[in-house]
Amino acid sequence: MVTGRALVLAPPAVGPLLMLQAPLSFWGGVDAATGRISDPRHPDFGRSITGVVLALPSAIGSSSSSAIMLELLREGTAPVALLMGTADAILALGVVVGRELDQDAIPVLEVPWPLLAAVPSGTQVRVSGATVSEVTP
Amino acid sequence: MPLTLTAFERHLLAGGDCEARALAMRILVAAAEMLGANELVEIASAHVDGCLYHGDGGVEFAERLVAGGGKVAVSTTLNVGALDLLHPERVRSGSHARFMARRQMEAYRSLGCTPTWTCAPYQAGHRPAFGEQVAWGESNAIAFCNSVLGARTERYGDFLDACCAVTARAPLYGLHTSEARRATVVIDASRVPPDLAARDVFYAVLGTWLGRALGEGEIGVIGGLDAHPTEDQLKALGAAAASSGAVALFHVAGVTPEAPTVEDALGHQPAGRRLVLTGLDLSAAADRLTTAVPGSGASLVLDAVAVGSPHFSVQEFDRLVSLLDGIRFRVPFYACTGRGVLEQLERTGQREALERAGVVLIVDTCVVVTPILPVGGGVLMTCSGKFAHYGPATTGFETVFGSLEDCVRSAAEGRVVRAEGVWSW
Repeated sequence: MVTGRALVLAPPAVGPLLMLQAPLSFWGGVDAATGRISDPRHPDFGRSITGVVLALPSAIGSSSSSAIMLELLREGTAPVALLMGTADAILALGVVVGRELDQDAIPVLEVPWPLLAAVPSGTQVRVSGATVSEVTP
Repeated sequence: MPLTLTAFERHLLAGGDCEARALAMRILVAAAEMLGANELVEIASAHVDGCLYHGDGGVEFAERLVAGGGKVAVSTTLNVGALDLLHPERVRSGSHARFMARRQMEAYRSLGCTPTWTCAPYQAGHRPAFGEQVAWGESNAIAFCNSVLGARTERYGDFLDACCAVTARAPLYGLHTSEARRATVVIDASRVPPDLAARDVFYAVLGTWLGRALGEGEIGVIGGLDAHPTEDQLKALGAAAASSGAVALFHVAGVTPEAPTVEDALGHQPAGRRLVLTGLDLSAAADRLTTAVPGSGASLVLDAVAVGSPHFSVQEFDRLVSLLDGIRFRVPFYACTGRGVLEQLERTGQREALERAGVVLIVDTCVVVTPILPVGGGVLMTCSGKFAHYGPATTGFETVFGSLEDCVRSAAEGRVVRAEGVWSW
């Protein structure tokens, strides 16, 4: 179990963990219509982030990434939760604005990265409050 | 320490003014808490970048503010939109994107923002005073505002920029505070030959290098530079540094207002790191701005040239016009600028001279944020470090970086012609 800091509080979420191998700018890096990583230079190029618990070491790039996060929520292509190694108001802000526009919020947490990095990608995890725990089958 | 609000801010949050200000305050408070700010700071002006269409959510947000009775509470300029409102035919977007982009631009105008539609608001009359607290979006504008004007802003992006403008408040953290504006890295530029330091092309490359050389949270002061850079050169430096890296503030000793000397910029504290700028650093940075590779033995065929990121100033157009004598372009040559500058070009007759030579003037927007360049991609040449950085990902064109002179000559010959050896000394 990993405990972090809740940036956006939302109802608990369960999904497979997707640990990104490199920082990602959502603007220019994620296609909101498909939910896939669209930056050909990113090591996870082509992967879908829809329905996963998405873990990012850090977000980079344009502050327009807030707008892409909002589009993911509107299109139904968003992850079910975001876990970030470094707190960043940009993606979380897209979720906060989404909530104002009647979209369901997803939990956004800042987590201690070395602890989270020990959990393999694909593991089913539950994000609740400020904690991330493995779901035992 | 938790976030503390004043009585007036609590009044706005509770909807005592209007629903739009309550909505903006809810978002602002959420952001301030995430960023760890203890209070909000009153701002004197704003520059809003959120008017560029990225999807229907941005339109819905802006229209929600309008419907809630929203008006900006401070003087607010607007960054580029996704349309050239004066020459709509120049943008190739589909009908839905075009319709929504116009609605989004219209909504920001209804909020009382000044429709400047430029990424260089500081050359369209919006120049905050030294030390003034403001909330600006658009990375090059942020770097210019902090570094060249000495006003204080953090990086404000979509949504948050508008929330600051509507409430006249911003989270008090980061570059709003004196401590965070101090330089921590000294860059020794004393080896740069004065004739190179006098050239425009040097500053885009210096910025590209600076953005990559600095780590997260580091602020650089450039010392020993044997030159007095112009405003447009500092603009090119900041724009390039803010695209290759996350630079929101830089200091140049003896030039920018918070750096009378290197020691002043450091706040008379020891530097964290010292770097010596070499010709090798600069040539490597210049090379990063060119992605197009010539075929064996052949020179590179050129498909288009684009300049004006940030938007070209009157002075930059003066230089361009001075290079156009007897020139006829073989490939499209786009120059992006604000409508304020366009008006001046019309008054002086320069618009006619530019268009006669084949320059296509783009206003209110630019070629990397919306589809303007010819379909099919190819090779794009530019003297803008920012266009060179974002071009390949956003336009599908490979890029070649060169000076403005190189761009003009290449466009006339239809192939890339560059003065070589600029960076070796």
